[in-house]
Amino acid sequence: MTADTIFALSSGSPPAAVAVVRISGPRADAALKALAGRLPEPRRASLARLTWQGEGLDDALVLRFPGPASATGEDVVELHLHGGRAVVAAVLAALAELEGLRAAEPGEFTRRAFENGRIDLAEAEGLADVLQAETETQRRAAQMLAGGALSRLIGDWQARLLQLAAALEAVLDFSDEGEVGEEWPPGWSNGVDALAVEMEAALARPAAERLKDGLRVVIAGPPNAGKSSLLNWLAGRQAAITSAIAGTTRDLVEAPTAIGGTPFLLVDTAGLRDSDDQVEAIGVERAKASMDAADLILWLGPPEAAPARSIKVQSKIDLQPVQRDADVRISAETGEGMDALVALLIARGRDLLPGDGEVALNARHRSAIALASEQLREADGSQDLLIAAECLRQARVALDRVTGRAGVEEMLDTLFGRFCIGK
Amino acid sequence: MAQSFDIIVIGGGHAGVEAAAAAARMGASVALVSFSREQIGAMSCNPAMGGLGKGHLIREVDAMDGLIARASDEAGIHYRMLNASKGAAVRGPRVQADRRLYKAAIHRMIDAQVGLTVVEGEAASLRLVGRRVEGIVLSDGRALSAKAVVLATGTFLGGKLHFGMNSCAGGRVGERAATALADQLRAFELPLARLKTGTPPRLDGRTIDWGVLERQESDGGTWTMSPMSPSRPAPQLFCAITRTNARTHEIIRANLDRSPLFSGMIEGVGPRYCPSIEDKVHRFGDRDGHQIFLEPEGLDDPAVYPNGISTSLPEDVQLASVRSMAGLERAEILQPGYAVEYDYIDPRILDATLAVRDVEGLYLAGQINGTTGYEEAAAQGLVAGLNAAAWAGGRDAVLFERAESYIGVMVDDLTLQGVTEPYRMLTARAEYRLRLRADNAEARLTPKAIGAGCVSLERERHWGRRSVDRSGIEAQLHETRSGAQLQSCGVAVRDDGVKRPLSDWLRFPELDRRALLRVLPTLSEVQTSLLDEAIEDHRYAPYLQRQDSEVERLRTDDAVRLPADIDYASIAGLSAEMVERLASARPGSLGAARRIRGVTPAALAAILVHARRKAA
Repeated sequence: MTADTIFALSSGSPPAAVAVVRISGPRADAALKALAGRLPEPRRASLARLTWQGEGLDDALVLRFPGPASATGEDVVELHLHGGRAVVAAVLAALAELEGLRAAEPGEFTRRAFENGRIDLAEAEGLADVLQAETETQRRAAQMLAGGALSRLIGDWQARLLQLAAALEAVLDFSDEGEVGEEWPPGWSNGVDALAVEMEAALARPAAERLKDGLRVVIAGPPNAGKSSLLNWLAGRQAAITSAIAGTTRDLVEAPTAIGGTPFLLVDTAGLRDSDDQVEAIGVERAKASMDAADLILWLGPPEAAPARSIKVQSKIDLQPVQRDADVRISAETGEGMDALVALLIARGRDLLPGDGEVALNARHRSAIALASEQLREADGSQDLLIAAECLRQARVALDRVTGRAGVEEMLDTLFGRFCIGK
Repeated sequence: MAQSFDIIVIGGGHAGVEAAAAAARMGASVALVSFSREQIGAMSCNPAMGGLGKGHLIREVDAMDGLIARASDEAGIHYRMLNASKGAAVRGPRVQADRRLYKAAIHRMIDAQVGLTVVEGEAASLRLVGRRVEGIVLSDGRALSAKAVVLATGTFLGGKLHFGMNSCAGGRVGERAATALADQLRAFELPLARLKTGTPPRLDGRTIDWGVLERQESDGGTWTMSPMSPSRPAPQLFCAITRTNARTHEIIRANLDRSPLFSGMIEGVGPRYCPSIEDKVHRFGDRDGHQIFLEPEGLDDPAVYPNGISTSLPEDVQLASVRSMAGLERAEILQPGYAVEYDYIDPRILDATLAVRDVEGLYLAGQINGTTGYEEAAAQGLVAGLNAAAWAGGRDAVLFERAESYIGVMVDDLTLQGVTEPYRMLTARAEYRLRLRADNAEARLTPKAIGAGCVSLERERHWGRRSVDRSGIEAQLHETRSGAQLQSCGVAVRDDGVKRPLSDWLRFPELDRRALLRVLPTLSEVQTSLLDEAIEDHRYAPYLQRQDSEVERLRTDDAVRLPADIDYASIAGLSAEMVERLASARPGSLGAARRIRGVTPAALAAILVHARRKAA
């Protein structure tokens, strides 16, 4: 079986100044030759007129990266096109007609790079995030992952875990030789606890998915409080239908948006009330579930009923008297108070997202680290050296799953480097 | 006309003896070739058998009906269960053996083994047809033919002894080195490298002041290395403990320039876990002293083995440093310590049966593979002997898994990772340590041995009886009790009103053997060792269940075969280091590749993709 040759628009959606189409696989060169009529030198940008079935498509900058020294490890071709929608569409259509070529699935370039050993799993995830980063914050966090900030953090944990494991293994394998003690190594429990605390702190920070999908900001409150108007104002478009009729919003309306460089996923919900209308009742249930999953809630109801994680918003101040307990008072109609609300949203959002220098963990990292920290806790609580050692081994295996390294030999190196052992 | 056998085993040390006996138990006709019949079964270093990790290996070899455990029991003059206060999985049975009794026991078993012939002589060369072994030629010109040859030549390959700054060729003191065979192996271009090992001086026990020293008595109790051994027939002696001190270290430090280790004369790499005393003083100079165990070598033998001061310093320095220690002020040295340098063959050229992949019919076992220790040697001898016989007889290979035995751990480590220092078994090497206990070796492996056809009738009957006893114990442990019922027997567990089988209650450490016997007095009729085994099985059961998915993944990955001829250099993205390691070890499965040090998941994915593309 020969691998398919895949292609995709790898820059952002058109229209844009430049659109980059990438082709990867054994037929990449053939594809370039079919469109450009010739093969330029490897790794040199050159100008080429792309034509298909006698018609000119674009004057493009083209590049060749023969495998395996390419991003995916396969032959790669890049077409830098003028970024109009029509040009891009025509080129993609032409490529699709070439034999052995097909459009790439999401993440397929990265997966090939991974499968060809060009990047490791942690890097692959970081790179995938870079490609998808749409906001400044995302780009920074994603680059830290690809640049190895995560690998360094986990590497440090791993080194400390190895030390802790080696200290136990020395007791288990060498205590008869009189050079190491019979019992729990001094300071061991503190070391285990400190490591677990660090892992738990890392887990308490929001996940990397939040950077990608945006912080979930749920707009909630009683019917006809102006929730949909607020959503539309924040999203800068008519995402939700608004009317003076209470209960207009029946289902969740989601609008991804970036405010001040921070990604948000705004969620409009059905107004909370008891309803005999079956459809509306379902909408209310969904609204409540959505509030449970929210990072932040913009609460448009009475301040005393505000759920946790709320920003208490008094809406329609052009029509109502001032509520003293509200965090912010707005009118979506006049725009009054909106700047204050936006500033508050950005400030609260920053608190929730990882700061500069902090690593965002995705779901896979989180589950591995959660397992490792659980095992550390269990090790610390055990009275049996053997069980504690087994827990530390499980913790090591969990971290290895993130970085794909380590093993018994590393632990033994640590052990022999630190203890004078042996008869 | 060449004398004909199925299997020829070269070398009468612990590897060779087990290899020859195992092959013969499989029904093969076997020649065991040794320089001298007298030297077969000799203990050349410390006269102790077992220990942490090593005791596990002995029990496993025994469970496969090997000789080492039974011979140890016949010669045992001091029994000690190491780590007795810790969990059963890391308890290591160890015995001091009387050299003469041990050798006599081995000779008796070898002589009684049907199909095994001892051939005295020096193996000069292999008889080859292309890259297939057809037998050997002895130095006196006699030719022997066989389908397979097991090399178990120990440190005899290119051996070099160092006494201080003097060196000479030889394996052990007073024996010849097998240099002719070594030259032939070199011509074969098998990858050779150099290691070193050392011995301490032997002291005259009659000149030791035992009265001032701390004694270590033989363990009470009746446990034996082999469950087949009815008792401990030999009288029990005691060992003693002394320590090096500041003055000892001073003497050693002042003479470091006279140690071949530090003068650069020794190029071989020594073991980190068994450093010479000069190494210890040099590397850990801040320590005020190191414990030295004084172990008698035999009942009628004045020699004492001071465990912990292996050295290659000149004799006068050895004597001065020995005499600086308590109880040894007037000690005489019977034989000075020395260092041995020797060649080993990179074991990554072997497959999991210990066969050389590129030379048909050639198996390697023991120190020649870079290991140290009698137990490691014996276990490899077993693997090579069983598999040489299986292969010669056209039967299935007898393979050992990491999740099933220390033998499997060792063979996997050797053939995949190779060695950088003499390889010694440690419990830390076994990731599934909790399930690989010395006390359940029989339950783990004897059914496999019976399946392979390498056990005597006596062993099979013994297994049959014990199986019945084990089922009986399990049936009794199925009885259910509530917490309150246990409390009434004085067991401090919580009562939640639920009745559980006793086997479940055993997860709580409060229910130990003594408490269990109060709850169920009928259990006092069963063998203590079998009851303890069952208790440990249940105690750690939750942890084993947690490991099950990991073990399952191991087996899944091991089932994905990789072709032996993969050109790793052609796979994009592998580092030069990975290519070197993979090409040297040529892992037979994806699981094996995963275990090679430094191979990342990305590399693994690349290997898999490459192999799949090639296969399609």
